[in-house]
Amino acid sequence: MANSDSHLNTLISVSNLSFSRGNKKIFDDISLDFERGKITAIMGPSGTGKTTLLKIIGGQLLPERGTVLVDGQNVHQLRRADLFTLRKRMGMLFQSGALLTDMNVFDNVAFPLREHTKLTESMIRTLVLMKLEAVGLRGACNLMANELSGGMARRVALARAIVLDPMMIMYDEPFTGQDPISMGVLVHLIKALNKTLGLTSIIVSHDVHETAAIADYIYIISEGKVVGQGTPDEIKQSDSEWVQQFMTGAADGPVHFHYPAKDYLDDLLSSGKRY
Amino acid sequence: MTELFAQLGKSTRGSFSKLGRATFFLLQCLSGIGSVLLRPRLLLNQLHSVGVLSFLIISISGLFVGMVLGLQGFYILSEFGAEETLGVMVAASLVRELGPVVSALLFAGRAGSALTAEIGLMKATEQLSGMEMMAVDPIKRIISPRFLAGFISMPLLAALFSAIGIVGGQIIGSGLLGVDEGAYWSQMQTKLDFTDDIINGVIKSVVFGFITSWIALFEGYDAVPTSEGISRATTRTVVNSAFSILGLDFILTALMFGDD
Amino acid sequence: MQHSSTQDTFVGLFVAAGIAALFFLALQVSNLSSFTDQDSYTLVARFENSGALKVKSPVSAAGVKIGQVSDISLDPKTYQSVVKMSIYSQYNHIPSDTTASVFTAGLLGEQYVSLEPGGSEDFLKDNEVLEITQSAIILEKAIGQFLFKSAEEKK
Repeated sequence: MANSDSHLNTLISVSNLSFSRGNKKIFDDISLDFERGKITAIMGPSGTGKTTLLKIIGGQLLPERGTVLVDGQNVHQLRRADLFTLRKRMGMLFQSGALLTDMNVFDNVAFPLREHTKLTESMIRTLVLMKLEAVGLRGACNLMANELSGGMARRVALARAIVLDPMMIMYDEPFTGQDPISMGVLVHLIKALNKTLGLTSIIVSHDVHETAAIADYIYIISEGKVVGQGTPDEIKQSDSEWVQQFMTGAADGPVHFHYPAKDYLDDLLSSGKRY
Repeated sequence: MTELFAQLGKSTRGSFSKLGRATFFLLQCLSGIGSVLLRPRLLLNQLHSVGVLSFLIISISGLFVGMVLGLQGFYILSEFGAEETLGVMVAASLVRELGPVVSALLFAGRAGSALTAEIGLMKATEQLSGMEMMAVDPIKRIISPRFLAGFISMPLLAALFSAIGIVGGQIIGSGLLGVDEGAYWSQMQTKLDFTDDIINGVIKSVVFGFITSWIALFEGYDAVPTSEGISRATTRTVVNSAFSILGLDFILTALMFGDD
Repeated sequence: MQHSSTQDTFVGLFVAAGIAALFFLALQVSNLSSFTDQDSYTLVARFENSGALKVKSPVSAAGVKIGQVSDISLDPKTYQSVVKMSIYSQYNHIPSDTTASVFTAGLLGEQYVSLEPGGSEDFLKDNEVLEITQSAIILEKAIGQFLFKSAEEKK
């Protein structure tokens, strides 16, 4: 499945990954490659474990089988200290923003710097204001985390994710629940950061249009398998019915509108047994 | 019937696995204490929210418990003509039992439940996970300072409770009921032993502080990250802390005052 | 991360109050002060029976506490109870013919050593022995004797 021609340029390589939660198989032997400096999107219906994939790449969850190489290092065989060193070079944007609620915006963005560097307060201030300026929220630096709207919180989290100048950044559902303007702002920011900082970006999303607009390469995952991959244009041309249904958002298709159930008429006529 | 046994087996296995997780959590938490000492600012912030914010409820409760002891003790002791020993009774009950136990119960209700809710909410809002992804160990950064603060605060709070209670007993005893003030203090001083009573009381409160902080932080860390999960975890903190405090109090009392 | 000085102040106050409470308990409530603060010297008294006297029982003169029992042992030859008492050093004018008695404070109270000063000009020094003693009254014995006597009188 992996594009073998681009191995040299691969920053993250997931191979033969399997993972299950309880009895449910989340991933069944999937392989994905993420190219350096590109935006790669992972799409699929809700509940296909896209966030789980990011947590596996970040080393927070252990896979059952398979390996994840990030910049040549096997994430799940690193010692804790080395994993932490690697994580300093990985940014992650959580769906909720995951801002620390007992701090204001400035301290949130400064947090990784204060934890990991011995920079002076004035240098920290400069860096933080630069990153906040990049996401357009320099003016909000004294607000507390809970005073922000969802879109603003995500932008602050983005500033925090890039404050250590990582090599890559993982976006977990960056567009979910945003109004059109915040959505536009985020799309623009992700694209701009990718260009100006050369960040390798992974976007996990089910917002087809926004993601297709900025992604360089797309994987579509369903029921633990990669069901489609390619550039946005290739995906749109795909002859797979499933991919077409997902991209156009049709209500019925290979993915049925109805949750599996017994026959409708039988169910209605049966003697109201509770189950 | 088999279903019942299966259920029983399942829940037993569940509680053992929880105990295992709790022990592992405690070890991680203890190993993080060294790094807290290098950053006193983190500890100071937690001493404020764990200790200072419990101060008021502890002092007010201590005052009232002491005053009630003064009243009750006076009525009982005066039947035997032994009102002079009121100070002994008030001080011994406070220092040996009520000080450590009641302040630990209040501490579990005030600070313990708050810790559980705070940690649980941080888990639910992915703050702990986010920290891990920023290469910051949430145990060292969040859990250990809170644990240490609880461990330090508890003996101080218990001592305050006892001291304020003894003064409260004196206010009622000699201020209102006419026990001689000198007798109140001097009887107390001759009867209460420094190691047997004061030190043992402090040891009790240290143990209670340890166990309560452990339970509160673990329940938060182990909570199901939903609003229902957090509310259950908070309840469990208060209930489990209360059971542990009372059970341990019995064991400690038997060990300390048993062979006299 | 907020550097709030009021918060620091409150934490400081809290810790100081807690430590003060511990000191209060140690010094004002317990007997720590009575054996660390005061210099004392030892007097010895021999009783036929020291009753329920214990180490740390008070020693008083004219109702004032002047020291405490520091050791009780049995003399293997005379079968007497040897009671050592720590007397606070400011009370160093105890005449050599002072009587030591074991009394009970109240009907159910604890036992204590009472010193009744005599008229001698010689004062007792460290480790000297009080010659005149009066043993504890054992309630059962006293009642027994009383019953025995009244029975004899009736005959």
